[in-house]
Amino acid sequence: MSEIGGARRTEDAPGRNAFVYRPTASPQDAAYWSPRQVAMTNLRTVVGRAYPRVSGLFREKSWVFFEILLPFLATSAFVFVYRALQAPPQYIGFVVIGGAMTAFWLNVIWMMAQQLWWEKSQGNLELYFAAPMHIMAVLFGMAVGGFVMSSARAAAVLVIATTLFGVTFAIDQWLLLIGVFLLTLAALYGLGMVLASLFLMWGREAWHLTQLLVEPVYFVSGLNFPVGRLGVLGSVAISILPLAVGLDAMRQLAFADAAYPAGTPSPAVEAAILAGMVVVFLLAARWALATLERRARQEGRLSVRWQ
Amino acid sequence: MPDATQPTQPLAIDVRGIRRVYNVKPKPVVALDGVDLQVEPGEFFGLLGPNGAGKTTLIKILTTLLLPSEGTARIFGFDVERQTKQIRRIMNMVAGGEQSGYGILTVREQLWMFSQFYGLPSRDGWNRVDELIEAVGMEEQREQRVSTLSTGQRQRMNFARGLLNDPWIFFLDEPTLGLDVSAARAVRELILAWKAAVPGRTVLLTTHYMAEADELCDRIAIVDQGRILALGTPDELKRRVQRESLFRLELDRLDGGVDTLRALPGVVSANQVAADPSNGKGPRQTIDINLALVNDAALGDVVGALGGMGAHIRALRKSEPSLEDVFVELVGRGFDEAGESGPKDSTPRVRRQPPASTDTDDAREREVEVVG
Repeated sequence: MSEIGGARRTEDAPGRNAFVYRPTASPQDAAYWSPRQVAMTNLRTVVGRAYPRVSGLFREKSWVFFEILLPFLATSAFVFVYRALQAPPQYIGFVVIGGAMTAFWLNVIWMMAQQLWWEKSQGNLELYFAAPMHIMAVLFGMAVGGFVMSSARAAAVLVIATTLFGVTFAIDQWLLLIGVFLLTLAALYGLGMVLASLFLMWGREAWHLTQLLVEPVYFVSGLNFPVGRLGVLGSVAISILPLAVGLDAMRQLAFADAAYPAGTPSPAVEAAILAGMVVVFLLAARWALATLERRARQEGRLSVRWQ
Repeated sequence: MPDATQPTQPLAIDVRGIRRVYNVKPKPVVALDGVDLQVEPGEFFGLLGPNGAGKTTLIKILTTLLLPSEGTARIFGFDVERQTKQIRRIMNMVAGGEQSGYGILTVREQLWMFSQFYGLPSRDGWNRVDELIEAVGMEEQREQRVSTLSTGQRQRMNFARGLLNDPWIFFLDEPTLGLDVSAARAVRELILAWKAAVPGRTVLLTTHYMAEADELCDRIAIVDQGRILALGTPDELKRRVQRESLFRLELDRLDGGVDTLRALPGVVSANQVAADPSNGKGPRQTIDINLALVNDAALGDVVGALGGMGAHIRALRKSEPSLEDVFVELVGRGFDEAGESGPKDSTPRVRRQPPASTDTDDAREREVEVVG
């Protein structure tokens, strides 16, 4: 392999070659980074980790079938049920919004939460932990990539269903609606980060727990009906589940003309609840990741091979 | 000895009394049992031992992925328990059989993604990736999906990943595991070329391929059952088992048999190794003899005596003991037996027969090929 010794020098950086990229005087020089270097590395990590998910969208077209067409059938089924029951027309809209938001919830619960566990089985996790960025940046990257992927699904469901079923929105507060949507996503992915750290520690047990919780969470979040119909249970869901509170606020804002069930807070209050959830989940994720990284290092759980 | 970049520079690796116990059922496993190890900056250091010896556990502690149960470890002065950030900025690691990354990405994309984890600006990252792809000889696979790479190509890509951040210390955990002879050689050349580019770069290699450790390492620690059994340069380790001077003779004839040689002064033992397959009827008869002498000086008497007997020496080669001989002497068993043996007799047994010659490239390659 004659090329090994002949690593070419680049013209733009004299003295540099494949084996010498950023010459430093000593390991101590190389080990201390400025706050800007740290911040930029974490930012680049977000972009880098999002890349495989975003590029994957254009390479594996099968997701169009699995991520858009199949979920659309489930949404359609509820639409037909409401029509058969002669429910108010806004209920069709409620289902469509629920169908769109399901994409994000599934992304969080199936991909985000299990990601570190999956990365561990692939051998990536130890490389992540052995690299100098913060592991939160990796999770942010996953979230951004997942957000892009899920947004495509959500948008498709929204557009197709709205067109096919003739949903009419009545939106008075656009800014608040957009704000609630973004806060919902931030809270959802924050929850995903917390779950990811739990999965890292408990692996298969956490997987089973998630399986157990999927349907109850679907139910109490009111994906296919206004959560206010659940009474006290709905109120509890709103106080702890970002999907429940976000959906409820978005429905109130998107269908301002609807006769909305009483018993849930106003959209502004729900936006404040969501903001609180974002802070709590992100702090919890940061704490959980740091704590669980230490425990994983103590117990040898960061890698599959351990001896 | 390697040249340190600064006289006051801390040790590249400083391990003191490291013990690591895994609390698994039915009973805890002691993977490391009081390891002390000091590696100078610029050294190519090898950990040689069978599967389960504790090599990977030590690497995982040094790469901040695992905490020691007891003891301390420092990388260039940084504590592996408390100063993980500093260590992660100056090191990288590659393991044999590594399947990291995402199969959906191309080689170029995968490497760029990892470059971002080390903070390379995006454009610099692409340039750096292109340089490294060229350096590891993967131009043809540049746009190939990772999932379609062969094992050897994948390992070259892993090396490119490991070099993205210009590490000061490179941890290699059985890096040629599963590679064929040419791929393993390419990887070894790559490591040496990278290390030679900057004084002070340090490599810690774990392997159970003895020829590989012999070829690459400045010093080697032989590890078994969580303990370092011996430490030194390959030559120092081999000298421990070399009590006699060993030679391989090829003769055209030997009237009177090997007993004639055994009777000569200075000869400790003489054994015929292989008879000519043609049984003396072929065009060329050869008698191979392993000869153990009290020292090199005794060879002159033997050569003189053979001449007097009318025998012609067709080839004469000095046999060096191999690291395997060192391991067998220290542990009392070979690497292949390591996984199967139960609790061992702690008393090292001494191997008395002359070791086989392994000082040729062919011998090394045969070993790597067979084991890998």
